[in-house]
Amino acid sequence: MAHFKVENLGISFGGIRAVDNVSFEVKKNSIFSIIGPNGSGKTTIFNMISGIYKPDSGRVVLEGEDMVGLRPDMIARKGIARTFQNIQLFGNATVMDNLMLGRHIHMKTGIIGGAFMWGKWSGTAREEVKNREIVEHIVDFLELQSVRDQFVSSLPYGKRKLVELGRALALEPKVLLLDEPSAGMNTEEKDDLRIWIKDIQEDYQVTILLIEHDMNMVMGISDRILAINQGVEIIEDVPSEVQKHPDVIAAYLGEEE
Amino acid sequence: MDMKRDYYEDIELFSSGTVLFWSVAFLVFLFTLPLYIPSYNIYLFNIIMVHVILAVGLNILVGYTGQISLGHAGFFAIGAYGTALLMIHLHLPFLMALIIAGLISAFFGFIIGLPALRLEGPYLAIATLGFGLTIMHIIGHWDIFGGRMGISTPPLDLGLQNSPYSFVIEGDVKIYYLILVITVLMVVCARNLMRTRVGRAFVAIRDDDIAAEVMGVNLTIFKTMSFALSAFYAGVAGGLYGFVVSFFDPFTFNLILSIVFLVMVVVGGLGSILGAVMGATLITYLQFDLLKNVEELPYMGEILVQFSRKWLTVIGLANFGSVALGLIMLGIVIFEPLGMFGIWIRMKKYWKTWPF
Repeated sequence: MAHFKVENLGISFGGIRAVDNVSFEVKKNSIFSIIGPNGSGKTTIFNMISGIYKPDSGRVVLEGEDMVGLRPDMIARKGIARTFQNIQLFGNATVMDNLMLGRHIHMKTGIIGGAFMWGKWSGTAREEVKNREIVEHIVDFLELQSVRDQFVSSLPYGKRKLVELGRALALEPKVLLLDEPSAGMNTEEKDDLRIWIKDIQEDYQVTILLIEHDMNMVMGISDRILAINQGVEIIEDVPSEVQKHPDVIAAYLGEEE
Repeated sequence: MDMKRDYYEDIELFSSGTVLFWSVAFLVFLFTLPLYIPSYNIYLFNIIMVHVILAVGLNILVGYTGQISLGHAGFFAIGAYGTALLMIHLHLPFLMALIIAGLISAFFGFIIGLPALRLEGPYLAIATLGFGLTIMHIIGHWDIFGGRMGISTPPLDLGLQNSPYSFVIEGDVKIYYLILVITVLMVVCARNLMRTRVGRAFVAIRDDDIAAEVMGVNLTIFKTMSFALSAFYAGVAGGLYGFVVSFFDPFTFNLILSIVFLVMVVVGGLGSILGAVMGATLITYLQFDLLKNVEELPYMGEILVQFSRKWLTVIGLANFGSVALGLIMLGIVIFEPLGMFGIWIRMKKYWKTWPF
């Protein structure tokens, strides 16, 4: 049984078939990339997996369980976390609070517990401290120490991307969806990111789905790649095969007249 | 920068010794206040504290969760009438009646929270505004609520009424201490709550609800929770208010009151407990003291009265208060969007780095 698979996924917006009959399987703890030109439906696939859009057809299966029809917050509880293409952080909260929100589903404190957090030994405070410890490891891992108490809205773009990655990691997902994590980063930051993604895969035992335009990165770290164009699958194979496929080249570079 | 040795230090109520010292000093000041000031001012302080509770609750909804409410006078009314009627008809002890009235108010908050799942911005403002006005008119037309004549509150009895365990509190000073304890408790609870899981979920919903949902925050639960919690605070504030003024009628809880509540939160600072406290204090002081006695201001007073007679209302200054509050709110929104809390932060920064 495949760890994570998508079967015949499709969605239409009005008369436009944005994604049509896309299927793929992802092995546990591997990196799976989705590539394709702008508007080909990559982010739409992510939105369907994370529950923001409801697909017209098909299934999203994680460890044998169908995710289609669940609300986004329930899907998060099942262990799917994501980042967004155009960074969606909580701008008026600190980096630490943003990361702590990633722990939301692992914590229990409700109104009463939160309101009556008296002193160090209350259950709430202990839960808070325990989760802060986990978050501090992520802060260390992504080298965010210098900005941990700053407001996210005051951070530069590259740092915000990392905070978003950290927030998704804090959720301890089984499957991590990264939507163009390197967009807007310079070469040096991209190299770091590449190492981090590899580390995440190894240290956190996470299955990673990646949408990325940087071909060096995609070809370098992916175990398998899915290429789509206008919502339709072109090929799904190992990087070396995808690179050679004439339709991929055509979609990216245009056809020879 | 001070050194931290423990993760708990990040979430401590008093982040440093200095904060602890001044908090204790402030509390001591509040508890000894009746010794220094005349009785009318104690009445004013009672109203201020009631408004502090309400503003803190409203800020949870408006400042932290990013939803708007123009109907908080409705929750305030439910609390006031609920507490008084539970004591008159069911003879409950005061605190029990207060809590039950708060919970009734919270239930109505939950009901209002349901449409809020789909409404945003101006649409939500209209819906809540409608709620506030509806409550006012229902109360006005129903005899059990005393109708348009209003009702007087019964003696404030902390124990069982008409029994050996009766414990009646009378006079502004004693009520002051009762309200002070409740206010401190509720403000500290709100502060705790906003620093833990629930508060973070509220902030997440305010800043980006889609991202919040994708991170596992159940929008239905947390949005309605925010409304219910805010309404609970308003209900408790209303219950206390009834006993401070000892007589009220449906038109006490009019639309202007809802707007004044919102002004308190905006002027104080959205998304800050301290801001709500400061805003409620300032606005209540302005309303009940300064603006009422505006005629007595040297030079300015006479001009303002003339102006008000000519342009605002035939009876003189009745509307001047609302106009002044509107102007203050405009000024804050334009010049200091973070409100008094923003000013406070800048002052702290200035003194920390002084003389540079």
